[in-house]
Amino acid sequence: MGWFDKLTRPRRDVPSDLWKKCTKCGEVLLIKDLAKNLYLCNKCDHHLRMPLWDRIALLTDDNSFVELDREMKSVDPLEFIDSKSYPERLAIAVNKTDVFEAVTCGRGANNQSPILLAVMNFEFMGGSMGSVVGEKITRLLELGVEEKTPVIVVSASGGARMQEGILSLMQMAKTSAAIQKMNVAKVPFFSILTDPTSGGVSASFASLGDVNIAEPGAYIGFAGPRVIEQTIRQKLPEGFQRAEFLLEHGMIDAVVHRRVLKNTLAKLIKLFGS
Amino acid sequence: MSRDFEFEKPIIELEARLNELQSISENGKIDLSKEINAIAEKINTLKEEIYTELEPWQVTQVARHIDRPSTLDLIKFLSHDDFVELHGDRLYSDDSAIVAGPGKIGEHKVMFIGHQKGHDTEENIFRNFGMPHPEGYRKALRMMKMADRFNLPVVIFIDTPGAFPGIGAEERGQSEAIARNLAEMSQIGVPILCFVTGEGGSGGALAISVGDRIFMFEYSVYSVISAEGCAAILWNDPLKSQEAAKALKMRAQNLKELGIIDEILTEPLGGAHRNPAQFADTIRQTVEKYLPPLLKLSREELLEQRYSKFRSMGKFSCEEEL
Repeated sequence: MGWFDKLTRPRRDVPSDLWKKCTKCGEVLLIKDLAKNLYLCNKCDHHLRMPLWDRIALLTDDNSFVELDREMKSVDPLEFIDSKSYPERLAIAVNKTDVFEAVTCGRGANNQSPILLAVMNFEFMGGSMGSVVGEKITRLLELGVEEKTPVIVVSASGGARMQEGILSLMQMAKTSAAIQKMNVAKVPFFSILTDPTSGGVSASFASLGDVNIAEPGAYIGFAGPRVIEQTIRQKLPEGFQRAEFLLEHGMIDAVVHRRVLKNTLAKLIKLFGS
Repeated sequence: MSRDFEFEKPIIELEARLNELQSISENGKIDLSKEINAIAEKINTLKEEIYTELEPWQVTQVARHIDRPSTLDLIKFLSHDDFVELHGDRLYSDDSAIVAGPGKIGEHKVMFIGHQKGHDTEENIFRNFGMPHPEGYRKALRMMKMADRFNLPVVIFIDTPGAFPGIGAEERGQSEAIARNLAEMSQIGVPILCFVTGEGGSGGALAISVGDRIFMFEYSVYSVISAEGCAAILWNDPLKSQEAAKALKMRAQNLKELGIIDEILTEPLGGAHRNPAQFADTIRQTVEKYLPPLLKLSREELLEQRYSKFRSMGKFSCEEEL
């Protein structure tokens, strides 16, 4: 864009950090209203992506959440550089999100029952899983085994983090093996799949819940739609790889509205608990 | 599909010259044995020089060579007539991109499992270029559970561009199939030896690679994403594959340094496709070296060690400062 276009471009009246467009119906939504409305579109009820701390507040009783492993940070084992170096990308992500990594873990209570909760943050490098995400989730699952406390993981991720190469891939095996320990120990693991859950995260812990619950309309899949279209050279059907599609194909247990998610989990925790 | 690489041209030119001289010599007119020996020696030196200097992207090409020994080729060398191929996942269909069945390596009865690529276009279409659907992973898991019941160690060959990205694969739960294998393989109570023989393509490779020992051949690669895929996403340009291949650190040496694999296995001079029998023999020797100590472990010890192996993978820092 040249200087002339810049000068003549119309100015917006509302600064963009005050509003958001519904990604489904295009309705302009004020952020302060959105936060009050659990990030649901007040026109079409579309489930927009929910920020980290709102999500934690949604699923835990007031003031019950205590963070674990907050200080764990990524290193740069491959000395990876594309257009930016990996440490630069990490610094930008930390700055943008005020957290050190793409997953936040902790203890909390859900309707007075103790839970261990992990929430992934899509804003942090696309919620990608590198060594830290894998390690934090594995520690949480192992803690669940040790204390016999149910574990809930809320996924939102583009998949494995390319910048940590093969180490990222191995986090899939590490977390999945830890879930197998949960199964052996008969401690329930609830996987909540939110928009989007794909690649190495969908192909590991996110698909391994005793109960897999998705939010309405969430994109969930192994391979990205563009990759599939390029491979098979045809258009994908409407609703392909959405939560409802997975429900229909038997891959998830339920599609649950955000307003009743906490209580649905509470019921399951009580029913599965000793 | 070309069988030759740009970087091998000097070798191929000399090989042609060698053939020429040999045919002249065979016609009996002149004794060219001196020249022939000199060229044969030169070819070996060249192979050694070229192959020790390969760039990561060139190694990827060698790993994908259409004549590289496939799983069924290797099983034939290792197991001769003892192998019985078994089919199907008992749920949906038989995936020809993964083959499996019991057989023998030397005195050891084993369960073989591996990705299967083809050596020409027709065969590759039948094998879906070695890219499994969920039913392939479910077949593999069925075989591993059976191996556990009948006390057969599992020997796995990894050679895939990745799990197939398609409509049917998604409908039938590609994610779930891969995830299930990762979880269940951690509890299979017999030794599992994994050989990355060609391409270790991301989750599609990992889904049958949770083993007690993982070996990589010299010119194989193992990566979180293909060089092309990574180039398309991070460089916005699929033609930057050479750079991506370098950045991803996908060679055996890199994975050894990162603590992912147990040993790098040497290949025949100029790559596995030049001597499949020798390649297979390296596998036999490796199985005979690594399997007996694993067979001495109790089920609990074996599973604990396997868990710890994957548990320790990853690098991070826990320092309490910004």
